Amino acid sequence: MVFFSMHPGQALGHIAQGELPADLETNKRLDAWLRINPDGTVEVFTGKVEYGQGAITALAQIAAEELDVAFERMRMRPADTSHSPNESYTAGSASIEVGGAALRYAAADARASLLEMAAATMRVPASSLAVEDGVITSSAAAGRVTYWELASTKFLARDARSGIPLKPNSHGRIVGTSVPRLDIPAKVTGGEAYVQDIRLPGMLFGRVVRPPSYGAQLTAFDDASVKAMPGVVTVLRNGRFLGVVARREEQAIAARAALQKAAVWTMPAELPDEARIGPFFRNAADAQVTTVSARSSSVTAPRAVRTLKATYSKPYLAHASIGPSCAIAAIESGVLTIWSHTQGVYPLRTDIATVMGLPLDKVRIIHAQGSGCYGHNGADDVALDAALLCRAVGGAPVKVQWMRDDEFAWEPFGGAMSIDIQASVAADGAIIDWEYDVWSNAFNMRPGSPGGINLLAAWHLAQPFQHAPPRELPLPSGGADRNAVPYYDFPSQRITEHFLPTMPIRVSAHRSLGAFGNVFAVESFMDELAERAGVDPVEYRLRHLNDDRAKAVIRSVAERAKWRSGAKGDGVRGRGISFLRYENTKTYVALIADVLIDRTSNTIRVERITAAADSGLIITPDGILNQLEGAILQGASWALKERVRFDRQRVTSRDWSSYPILTFPELPEIDIVLLNHPELPPMGAGEAGLPPVPGAIANAFFNATGKRLRELPFDSAQVKAALT
Amino acid sequence: MPQTFHLNVNGAAHNVTAEGDTPLLYVLRNDLGLNGSKFGCGLGQCGACTALLNGAAIRTCVIPLSAVGNASVVTLEGLGTVERPHPLQRAFIAEQAAQCGYCINGMIMTAKALLDHNPHPTDADIRQALAHNLCRCGTHVRIVRAVQRAANGS
Repeated sequence: MVFFSMHPGQALGHIAQGELPADLETNKRLDAWLRINPDGTVEVFTGKVEYGQGAITALAQIAAEELDVAFERMRMRPADTSHSPNESYTAGSASIEVGGAALRYAAADARASLLEMAAATMRVPASSLAVEDGVITSSAAAGRVTYWELASTKFLARDARSGIPLKPNSHGRIVGTSVPRLDIPAKVTGGEAYVQDIRLPGMLFGRVVRPPSYGAQLTAFDDASVKAMPGVVTVLRNGRFLGVVARREEQAIAARAALQKAAVWTMPAELPDEARIGPFFRNAADAQVTTVSARSSSVTAPRAVRTLKATYSKPYLAHASIGPSCAIAAIESGVLTIWSHTQGVYPLRTDIATVMGLPLDKVRIIHAQGSGCYGHNGADDVALDAALLCRAVGGAPVKVQWMRDDEFAWEPFGGAMSIDIQASVAADGAIIDWEYDVWSNAFNMRPGSPGGINLLAAWHLAQPFQHAPPRELPLPSGGADRNAVPYYDFPSQRITEHFLPTMPIRVSAHRSLGAFGNVFAVESFMDELAERAGVDPVEYRLRHLNDDRAKAVIRSVAERAKWRSGAKGDGVRGRGISFLRYENTKTYVALIADVLIDRTSNTIRVERITAAADSGLIITPDGILNQLEGAILQGASWALKERVRFDRQRVTSRDWSSYPILTFPELPEIDIVLLNHPELPPMGAGEAGLPPVPGAIANAFFNATGKRLRELPFDSAQVKAALT
Repeated sequence: MPQTFHLNVNGAAHNVTAEGDTPLLYVLRNDLGLNGSKFGCGLGQCGACTALLNGAAIRTCVIPLSAVGNASVVTLEGLGTVERPHPLQRAFIAEQAAQCGYCINGMIMTAKALLDHNPHPTDADIRQALAHNLCRCGTHVRIVRAVQRAANGS
């Protein structure tokens, strides 16, 4: 029943009168998004993809709600370049905000069409109609008609119309409830769920042999013995790209090992000292320096009594997906089809087509789930590997699985960062002036970027392609400068980015981009300023905020964790707080970490994390909790344990023992409070739990010990150095 | 030289012809078409490949085919189905204890071995049993809760 409706701009945010939501504007045909079937099902063709973040289930809820059909009728179809809407990448915490807005509007427009048809059929005014699970009745006449009877393939064969009213957010019956995820049952019973589970007739198995380092050159290569190994169908060499295809998977693995031995490489010493990345960055001759935000007060500021300065750093971090990347390629009737867990089927198709020398309409990318990617991992690269090996065997289906060391050594990492902050404060501790400098690389080198090809194998071919020129992403989203502009209000501030185009270590998008490093620095420094001013850290933050929702999450987490103002740690235990508004426009998170310092092993044990989050209208409460818990635990793992290791020639962290992550015995308790605002538009929450974690832990460490940790990760070497 | 091995997987007899040093993982996935055991590292480090061998949790990525003999091999599929899930599978669904879900096979199979020996584990027991199973998405808290739920029979 609809008693009143919302203008799309109110319900969805960001949409002006007469406009369509962004992804619908670029994919206007309604039948590209939805199909109402006579059998009582509704098919949804979203351009967004699932990788464990629950996006597809949430989108199904949104569509079912707006259409007025039962959730069980929804059939979500994977993104497929042969027919899905082009929604670019599933990234940046935008699936609900952007993907959901487009799908919701399309559903509303489809529903409006169905009501118009029903009104004509039943000869009643459309305003007399009501819908319940696809059954339309009228207050002006007897009888009923259903979506399934009305539906044809034609009624959605048109562009979306502007000005369609949406159902009010507050009346949600499906949206706002925690429906079980659509993909979980198959995943816990061994059903077909992942790209690795796809089996095609005649499928062969491929493996790649990567150079031992970025700059290694192949000087000798004798593949005769490898070609003679059991089951080997072909050995491919194209420049520095080496691969093998065999009939059985273990044969491909054995052939890969033999191929590694058969190749002789030279390895230049070309990497910086991993212990001196900060100075290396600051000495870069080609830094592009930009003031990304500047403000100076027109009012005479109070006199500054103190200036404080600090330097922070973050290492390169790996996505370290549990399942290394995998793709299957096959060529049939001149069409190259690749099953891939890419985050963007259309951008991937563009680059694959260019490298393979095929027109776009001869390349088809079909999304199939992989393990969690947390950004741009090896998924796109392995798709090209599969295409190359498939072509080498005349188009037979080839499944290429990256090995563990392929993924660890070659995936694009989250960039290292070096940060300086300097602030002046008044006598009461109020911040008067804030100066921030961040040095880092690009956080987006994805396929589909203009001016080059961002696929690994392409750079190794005999006629190599070059990667696209790195470029920074504009604020408020940002890249290395994401969340570099504090959400706090200071009379005067200047935030400067030193964007470094030279990338000695391969980098690209990694969950939350620059926000993890920036919020670590900002929230640690706020704590340092609070302490010098003699003000409680919670109080200090509240004093510098004018946004009620920001203050609400901080107060909420402080209350939940029973924060006692001015409480000091006891040398063993301490607590610290941290806050962000993701991208200064999305979800608000405030987070308190309780830590225990083990001075025998020099380790920080995070005993408890309490968090409060406001993401506007919540589509799936349990889905948001799952994402926040996951991001918080991942953030704890990054903060306490993780960094990519490299010597002067190559990346050296190539397995789980050289890149340890958080384990079950190290698990903190997690307690999250959700502040639901169904009257407000939904905001992306998939990344927002990560950035506040390291600052809260560092602040808790200070609370316990009186010592500051300013370099990530807080491993035993850092802890020991801080305590001695 | 490839040989023919007679396996007992999920209660059924199978003949597989392959080299004896083939890791059991690839036999399960490619010869028997089973999806449960997963490739995560091939090094025995992460646990994604876990199955049960005579009730013990083993890492199929490092167990050669020749070592299996006529031992009973049970995979995720052997525990239950969507229509008739094992209590562990039902608990993982009820707790929504998965994000990407790729590690969950290892979690469930290791938990099965735990519960067979210790039907009433504490949370600390569960965390210790899973100490060498890696989860990258941060689903740990839900996984422990799901195992506890299955143990409590609810």
